Amino acid sequence: MTEYDILVVGGGTAGMTAGIYGARAGKKVLVLEELICGGQIVNAAEVENYPGIPSVSGADFSAALFDQASNAGAEFDFQSVDAIRKEADHFLVDTPSGPIAARAVILATGAKNRPLGVDREDTFTGRGVSYCATCDGAFYRGKTVAVVGGGNTALDDALVLSELAAKVYLIHRRDEFRGEKSTLELAETKENVTVLRSSAVTALQGEKKLAGITVKDLKTGSEQEIPVDGLFIAVGQMPQNDRFSDLIELENGYIRAGEDCRTSCPGIFAAGDCRTKTVRQLATAAGDGAVAALAALEYLQKK
Amino acid sequence: MSVLTITTDNFREAVIDASKEKPVLIDFWASWCGPCRMLSPVVDQIAEEQDSVIVGKVNVDEQPELAAAFDVQSIPTLVLIKNGEVADVSVGVRPKPAILKMING
Repeated sequence: MTEYDILVVGGGTAGMTAGIYGARAGKKVLVLEELICGGQIVNAAEVENYPGIPSVSGADFSAALFDQASNAGAEFDFQSVDAIRKEADHFLVDTPSGPIAARAVILATGAKNRPLGVDREDTFTGRGVSYCATCDGAFYRGKTVAVVGGGNTALDDALVLSELAAKVYLIHRRDEFRGEKSTLELAETKENVTVLRSSAVTALQGEKKLAGITVKDLKTGSEQEIPVDGLFIAVGQMPQNDRFSDLIELENGYIRAGEDCRTSCPGIFAAGDCRTKTVRQLATAAGDGAVAALAALEYLQKK
Repeated sequence: MSVLTITTDNFREAVIDASKEKPVLIDFWASWCGPCRMLSPVVDQIAEEQDSVIVGKVNVDEQPELAAAFDVQSIPTLVLIKNGEVADVSVGVRPKPAILKMING
């Protein structure tokens, strides 16, 4: 069995940065990604807060990061990780195609889009239901869409869509929005944006494609059907680390680790949005990737 | 095998005719679409590893006729062509094992 020096679980910004640092240090590094590399930034229309790069699209940023890590020598494989087992002097990372041995592991599992949890959400995904206004917004030019959520992503989505769609409903289950007040105010000035507070999407209509949504007023209990071509779901993210809970400590689903990226298990490090932290930004994900990789290198050296 | 760039000019030869010998997997994408860009390395890896399939890419901005012909409404979309006909369609990002299953059944 091939043994890797460092196995990185997750190919987002943190994971790929760890890949760059590990590979540049001459280590045999494998990045395992279950879907596509890039993580959440993949869907960003424009990134303007990454130091040294005044403006870049999430698409260009992720593609460049992938190329950079590959060219540095990091290997990539696209499959999921079921569990990690600790052996005497290495770890076994279980995948559907068998275990992979690694001397150190960096968990960079990020966080994923939280589904709304409404019936037939899966069926309509890509057929009217989307989690990414910047990706799919252009398909709804001149059409009617709804955005669900109360955070910055939902507000940004509503703004992006107001430039493309004929009509945008912004639906939030509470009265108050969590997102930036200024963004909300800007959205409210748009003539084609209607904000529905204390409201929830309770059902999806349509045959093969989404044709409408049922919106329930949570104060009065009354329901109305709104014909829409697109529904953009922006109700937050969730971590996905439960499969590692027998080996490392979690806190509300996030991996318990400080700024040094060390977990409760020596040899396993956590980088990026998957660990307990207060700031979850692109720059801090990259920072974590570097810190975790350097900590893993130090661990390998001392072993 | 390397990945082909499919256009209206080579579509008949590279897709319809070629699919009579081997299935052809078409990846509909655009440069502004992050998920499409990042599905690309997965599709490239499949093209490299699998001799049983021909892999091609259609840029929907440059080839709107092809995108319309396949009723592509969301990208990325993967279409599998066998014997000159659509055998399977997959909308959105899919894991590599699912794409392999689509190709190999």
